Amino acid sequence: MIYFNNVSKVYKDAVALDDVTVAITAGEFVSIVGHSGAGKTTLTKMILADENPTDGSVFFESINVHQLKNKELTKLRRRIGVIFQDFKLLPNKTAYENIAFAMEAVGKTDEEIASDVPHVLELVDLSHRLHHFPTELSGGEQQRLAIARAIINQPELIIADEPTGNLDPINTHEIVQILKKINDLGATVILATHNRGVIDSVGKRVITMENGKIVRDSKHPR
Amino acid sequence: MTEFKRIIKAGFINFKRGGSVSVAAVLVVTIALSVFAFIILYQGVLYFSLDVIRDKVDVRIYFTTDAPESKIMLLKSSLLKLPEVDSVLYTDAETALKNFRERHSGDYPTIAALDEIGNNPLGAYLSVKAKEISQYESIANFMKSDNALVLGSANIIYKVNYYQNKLVIDKLNNIISDSQKIGFLATIILVILSVIVTLNTIRLTIFIAREEIGVMRLVGASKMRVRGPFMVEGAIYGIIATIATLVIFWPFTAWLVRNTAWFGVFNIYDYYVSNFFQIFAIILLSGILLGVISSFLAVRKYLNK
Repeated sequence: MIYFNNVSKVYKDAVALDDVTVAITAGEFVSIVGHSGAGKTTLTKMILADENPTDGSVFFESINVHQLKNKELTKLRRRIGVIFQDFKLLPNKTAYENIAFAMEAVGKTDEEIASDVPHVLELVDLSHRLHHFPTELSGGEQQRLAIARAIINQPELIIADEPTGNLDPINTHEIVQILKKINDLGATVILATHNRGVIDSVGKRVITMENGKIVRDSKHPR
Repeated sequence: MTEFKRIIKAGFINFKRGGSVSVAAVLVVTIALSVFAFIILYQGVLYFSLDVIRDKVDVRIYFTTDAPESKIMLLKSSLLKLPEVDSVLYTDAETALKNFRERHSGDYPTIAALDEIGNNPLGAYLSVKAKEISQYESIANFMKSDNALVLGSANIIYKVNYYQNKLVIDKLNNIISDSQKIGFLATIILVILSVIVTLNTIRLTIFIAREEIGVMRLVGASKMRVRGPFMVEGAIYGIIATIATLVIFWPFTAWLVRNTAWFGVFNIYDYYVSNFFQIFAIILLSGILLGVISSFLAVRKYLNK
């Protein structure tokens, strides 16, 4: 499903990715682990074409994502759900409107939005926070809202970049369970984290990165 | 259509939730539009003043006392055929004398001298007004040349006062043309400054939302879906600022009339009220365009990803 072909990314004075080649198949749950600055975020941003590689290419199925025109890129992004460490919710929109916006982006009707949004918020246990703004929610609630937004359009791929970085252990456990459930329902999940406990609780394929390189790719972590 | 409705609705909601940022943007657009309104009124004052000056200038052709009226009338009709001539006013010898007496009613020696002469020493005259001040010279030259005029009319002309007034007319001509140039230049500079200030303020309001724009793009929103609400918001800034500007200028022009000697001749309040709908249309259109275009340009920077 995703294929990195000798991808390198060099910033002014730092190498973020160094000749990375890796393939991720549909339906997989892949955890990318490494210290801060190891290249995890850059790797995930490459899939979204949020960053351009200095060298190499990134494929989503057979599509080279960095050769897509703006409109095609917009369409591709609609097939991917993204979860960030800092949630990246729209601050001037309520929980309902944040989810509705993602649905509007893919052209869903008002009726579909009215029926699906309360349902997905119920799934992440936020039905009582429907009309609250992100600033009125706790960290765990904000992250659950971000997950609800990411899954509302039933994407084929979920990219979660340090989704538990700002959360306490209880919320972390909840988020991991939700991600596992999403994977069980058929979506491919790429989880970037530096939390070894999270990886252990997932128990699936782990890619370890150091200084922009993949140093280990294990399907069976300890 | 649904997309369009969503964009409009989102624009209104963003404006409402923008709070102090929206207020600041409206304030700056109001200042810019006030500059525009001031320029419109300034142009009104300028053109009125120039018209007053223009109206005071004419060229008079004085005739000899024995000039027959029929010949003068013939000259008048041929003058009216000249493309440079706006109007020609005939004043007969009796009226000229009456006017002279009125003008010098307090000047006893002059009136006494006039009475001494007994008969009317003044001839009839034609007051010629040109369409443009710069055209008086060509009219004067035309009369001097005798070519296209009624044959023999040259010997009934006593004098043409253009040559005495030439210096003043040339000076006025220069003042008018300089005033127009300065007015145009000031207008351009003020408009550019207002546009720059507004553009930068709106850029700042959108800079605050730059992360939001990035997130919208990442969840798959089209460029128009991201940009649209900001443009609607810009239009709302323009509409509210227009109302504020026009409301401010209503008492402001009235105050100017009451408190400024400069406006003694020109009633700026009447000008504002009688041209209200044109001014409203210009300000509203400028406000909306300023808001929409500024937002369009400001969002573009963050839409590239």
